[in-house]
Amino acid sequence: MSGFSVTEPSKRQKWISGLLVISYALITIMPLLWIIGTGFKSPEDAISYPPKVIFEPSLEGYVNLFTTRTRITASMEGNLPPPDTWYEQIARNSGTIISGPSRYGQRFLNSVIIGFGSTFLAIFFGTLAAYAFSRFKIPIKDDLLFFILSTRMMPPIAVAIPMFLMFRQLGLNDTHLGMILLYTAVNLSLSVWLLKGFIDEIPFEYEEAALIDGYSRFQAFYKVVLPQAATGIASTAIFCLIFAWNEYAFAVLLTSGDAQTAPPFIPTIIGVGGKDWPAVAAGATIFLIPVMIFTILLRKHLLRGITFGAVRK
Amino acid sequence: MAEVSLQNISKSFGDQVALENVDMTIPDGSFVVLLGPTGAGKTTILRMVSGLDKPDSGQIFINGQDAASQSPAQRNMAMVFQQYSLYPHLSVRQNLAFPLKSPMLRTPADEIVRKVAEIAEVLQISHKLDSKATELSGGEMQRVSIGRALVRNPQMYLMDEPLSSLDAKLRSDLRIELKRIQSSLGATMLYVTHDQVEAMTMATHVGVLDHGKLVQFASPREIYENPVSIYAASRLGSPKINLLPADLFPGAPEGASKIGLRPEHINVGEGQTASVIRVEHLGDQTRLHLKLGESELITFTDAHSTLAKGETLKIAPKNPLYFDANGDRI
Repeated sequence: MSGFSVTEPSKRQKWISGLLVISYALITIMPLLWIIGTGFKSPEDAISYPPKVIFEPSLEGYVNLFTTRTRITASMEGNLPPPDTWYEQIARNSGTIISGPSRYGQRFLNSVIIGFGSTFLAIFFGTLAAYAFSRFKIPIKDDLLFFILSTRMMPPIAVAIPMFLMFRQLGLNDTHLGMILLYTAVNLSLSVWLLKGFIDEIPFEYEEAALIDGYSRFQAFYKVVLPQAATGIASTAIFCLIFAWNEYAFAVLLTSGDAQTAPPFIPTIIGVGGKDWPAVAAGATIFLIPVMIFTILLRKHLLRGITFGAVRK
Repeated sequence: MAEVSLQNISKSFGDQVALENVDMTIPDGSFVVLLGPTGAGKTTILRMVSGLDKPDSGQIFINGQDAASQSPAQRNMAMVFQQYSLYPHLSVRQNLAFPLKSPMLRTPADEIVRKVAEIAEVLQISHKLDSKATELSGGEMQRVSIGRALVRNPQMYLMDEPLSSLDAKLRSDLRIELKRIQSSLGATMLYVTHDQVEAMTMATHVGVLDHGKLVQFASPREIYENPVSIYAASRLGSPKINLLPADLFPGAPEGASKIGLRPEHINVGEGQTASVIRVEHLGDQTRLHLKLGESELITFTDAHSTLAKGETLKIAPKNPLYFDANGDRI
């Protein structure tokens, strides 16, 4: 191709934009890479100054994350059987023996249950409400929509005290159900608004065609609207999951044991036996994985979801 | 198969009157064409009959039963929408199968395959069956849309300008095909079009609509030869009916303000003197554009006519239609 074109960027423009995108990506991904790197450092390397970029990788952080350990005392020395697993060996090397598993696995599972559970509910109710707002004549519709949105106008933690008291009264403190309900409630405003936008874009004519073709209103919704809203549902689900997954303040306040999620748990690793930064970093790294997988699975929808509405057909 | 009867139907959208006291009976097995310009209420009638819209007042009877409480699905009608409305997330095959799979029909799988293949053959879209609906051209979409209606045997077919975006060849093929399907099934058809050729060739009845009012409902021949008004007369015929001041020719009745002359209803050789302003040789016929006084008119003449621009000839009306100042027939 040669000559001037309005739509086709020149080679130089492509280079410059590529360079800009790459440098921006590097800046944003830096902290992430650092956390992942720190997870594989020894505790000494993790706090060394100047910071070590090249280091000898170690799994000590991961072993420490998943186990509780006790220090080997003078009386134990010599009486210990030889280590029979690789992680036992790593623990021995730093002068400890493994006394049991840590609670990280269980907290992580809580995060999965609460994160995905609340996302599912927020999407389920959000889709139904958004469809109703989009298609039906509802009295004071605009006021209702504003009211729903207004719940997001303050920081959620502003209602922490009433929430706490309410949860205590209802016996929802430190329960999975309580946290799922809470995150669903917070996410619903987002999901209703986003999904309404997506459903508004689907012409009503398709449902009319389905009604004529012998389907009921609900079947038309299910067979014709839902498949076309898949893009919107996927991207909304990602936003909801990321919020519920990362939420920290309410989790600290309302959970302490059975239902505690990973975000409030990870910092508590610091307190156990000195500042164990590699273990914290390992905990954060593993914590990233589910959201990453979920986002990659739904990536092609997400991309369209973010740019949605920018260009009108 | 069904007889549908509209009684005193009115419908407004805001302060826009779409239909006003429409009375019409669509006999079982008939092919009814609704004619009228955009905004005359043609599509609104279709939507009322289908059940997608409800009339503000009046009743619709399907086979003698008040249809007010029947959902579109219960009315069992197939509709071809003007804007196609193909399901974009489905393939052509799935689009065609969609009505057959409905809970109303629950067609067995092998029958769906057979019917879809059959209708795709008729509409010449067999090679596109596995394409996404969104990958088709406008004409192909329209054919799939027609196919989605023809694939089942409803009480009635409703079609909203189904042939409008097809090229001329396909349009005339499908026009014949639609008429053939309709008469072989004995199906009842309510059909909206702008195209007067479609109206003349397919319809058993034509309803002429003007600003929401049904001004004439009769056979196409009756409307052509015996229109109730200038408006109805102008709906059919190509070239259009000539409308001239009534006093251009002697013999106009009392109160007549216009005389309507179909191009073939002009005798050449006697009467008033007109001059030729244009000659169009169409092969099988020749069209003469004439000037008579201040008015222009069109008539037909022999295919091998040697008349040329500037020559004069004498013309007289045959079967004239007279209209009063309001445009109503006298």
